[in-house]
Amino acid sequence: MSVVATFEIGYLRILDEEGHLLETIPDFARDPKTLLTLYRYMILTRRFDAKAVALQRTGQMGTFPSSLGQEAFSVGIGHAIHKEDVFCPYYRDHGAMFLRGVKLSEVLAFWGGDERGSHYTRDKEDFPISIPIATQMLHAAGVAYAIKLRKQKRAVLTACGDGATSKSDFSQAINAAGTWHLPLVLVVNNNQWAISLPRDKQSAAKTLAQKAIAGGFRGLQVDGNDVIAVRHAVAEALDRARDGEGPSLIEAISYRLCDHTTADDASRYVNKEDLKEAWRHEPIIRLRNYLIHQDFITEQYDEEIQQACDHEVEEAVEEYLNTEPQKPESMFDYLYAKLPKTLTEQRNEVMGV
Amino acid sequence: MAETAYWEAIRRAHDEELANDPMVIAMGEDIGLAGGTYKATSGLYDKYGEKRIIDTPISENSFTGIGIGASMVGVRPIIEIMSINFALLALDTLINAAAKIRYMSGGRVTCPIVMRTPGGTAHQLAAQHSARLARMFMSTSGLRVVTPRGPLDACGMLKSAVRCNDPVIVIEHEQMYTLKENIPDEEYFRPLEGAEVVREGSDITLIGYNYSVHLCLNAAKRLEKDGISAEVLDLRALKPLDRESIRRSVEKTHRFLVAEEDEASVGVGAEIMAVVTEDCFYALDAQPVRIHAADVPVPFNRNLEKAAIPDVEDVYQGALKVMGKL
Repeated sequence: MSVVATFEIGYLRILDEEGHLLETIPDFARDPKTLLTLYRYMILTRRFDAKAVALQRTGQMGTFPSSLGQEAFSVGIGHAIHKEDVFCPYYRDHGAMFLRGVKLSEVLAFWGGDERGSHYTRDKEDFPISIPIATQMLHAAGVAYAIKLRKQKRAVLTACGDGATSKSDFSQAINAAGTWHLPLVLVVNNNQWAISLPRDKQSAAKTLAQKAIAGGFRGLQVDGNDVIAVRHAVAEALDRARDGEGPSLIEAISYRLCDHTTADDASRYVNKEDLKEAWRHEPIIRLRNYLIHQDFITEQYDEEIQQACDHEVEEAVEEYLNTEPQKPESMFDYLYAKLPKTLTEQRNEVMGV
Repeated sequence: MAETAYWEAIRRAHDEELANDPMVIAMGEDIGLAGGTYKATSGLYDKYGEKRIIDTPISENSFTGIGIGASMVGVRPIIEIMSINFALLALDTLINAAAKIRYMSGGRVTCPIVMRTPGGTAHQLAAQHSARLARMFMSTSGLRVVTPRGPLDACGMLKSAVRCNDPVIVIEHEQMYTLKENIPDEEYFRPLEGAEVVREGSDITLIGYNYSVHLCLNAAKRLEKDGISAEVLDLRALKPLDRESIRRSVEKTHRFLVAEEDEASVGVGAEIMAVVTEDCFYALDAQPVRIHAADVPVPFNRNLEKAAIPDVEDVYQGALKVMGKL
């Protein structure tokens, strides 16, 4: 028997847990300002998550999926996308959405059950948060098709969790992206858990990145707790997509340090020792260590960043809580381009007309 | 006016809309090189190229999802599902994304897709290729569902559907593709809402949609010989449903029957019964009747299939029953 195909999956890690460089630092990360932006957004995301969980616990918001421990993923991909690209997020991507210009209060509104939360004030083609699993990957492939049809030099980025890679929508998006050579980058936040299902029960594949090989394009792994590696690999993949070099799949390895959502209690199934070990690899400390090694921040400046982020979150909460609630009849207003007559009657009924 | 077959009318709508807007595309299985199972896109692959007449990988969920995504950034895909049975594979993205995205994004993101598909029973295609799923789409808020009964609507409604900013499901019928009708030579559009009286009458209203309109029309001809004047109402759109036209006709004739090719439970006929009961119960002079398929998977065997699916005779007999002549 002869070998007809072979493949390799690379793994990229630039910063270790102590913040030491393992590889040559990429050009973008030589600028302290850029690193401080990444750092600041990771802190902001973590503070936002803590506050959002608190709002849910006190009955002031609906179910919420924290991204605790996965800030490097969210912020790394959010920073890698160009302004003119399109982002099709999944539900744990708010860190990236903040970098795209979505307001914190809009994300709170979304999880507070206000449809206006997805009506971003900044005019972008970015998609609303996808709650159904992996369906956004196919929609993203559609956007990539549209970009190709219009002969534009843009790319599409879509994200999902490790559980989503078992869905047909994921495989179908991979198949279409390869077949049509689409300018699409698919990123997987492999946080080891799909609610209570661990990664090793999700798939027998050694990596999730290798699922790209079946679609005829490249897949690679990055350390999802290393924001420099995530940012670098995703930006490079997006550049390739824009340059007509086709799609990429990037699997970022991290760990879910929180419950799946506020409706979950991960202590039922996550081993305490594993969780303790996972905290050792969390993403914020290592970047902070690097920034301190490089004299890019001082303790005092760090403290100022933390306070500024807290302040920004507080302001967003204030705005969210003070937003006038939607009127009941608004449930009819967004449904059709022009409301059919039968629904006009129901709308009038709700209004007491 | 030119005599045009149903499939030719659909093809013409595609051609006109593809020529009108470079963002209109068609996608589906065997629609490019092969020109479509029912020839609805024949010749368009050569005219518009493979980027706009797209032969997709064989996965309904995949190309429907991709079409939906493309539509969310301004493309207007006409998605052909070879048989409505295969639409089952794409239901999540149709119902959870296409129908809901405008609502869930506060009106920011629209999904102007058209999904066309034959949704009736042909001859002996067996249970898994004979589904009639109109009732399911009809009950999905956010969708529009239309059922062109002939070439005039097939062309005019498809053109309106392409330009509509809501997702539109166009349910065609395997037995109607060769049906001919005179349609205007100049460009025209037909509305996506509103039932239509296709035959005036005064004694009973026969309500149908899609292929069952023809059963009603043929039954009306027979009833005329018996001295019964039957009005035929084509629903045209199942969502939104034109309740007013139903009420107006029933208040005129005081009797009605509703004919559908699907099973009765939770069906189109059941909905029409409910509408009449709510809107004009006291206009009724007789108990209405539903003509529908047997509550079984559509049989493969020809004799069994004929027994399971309603025909003109069934509608005729049903009307006689409503008229108290049985």
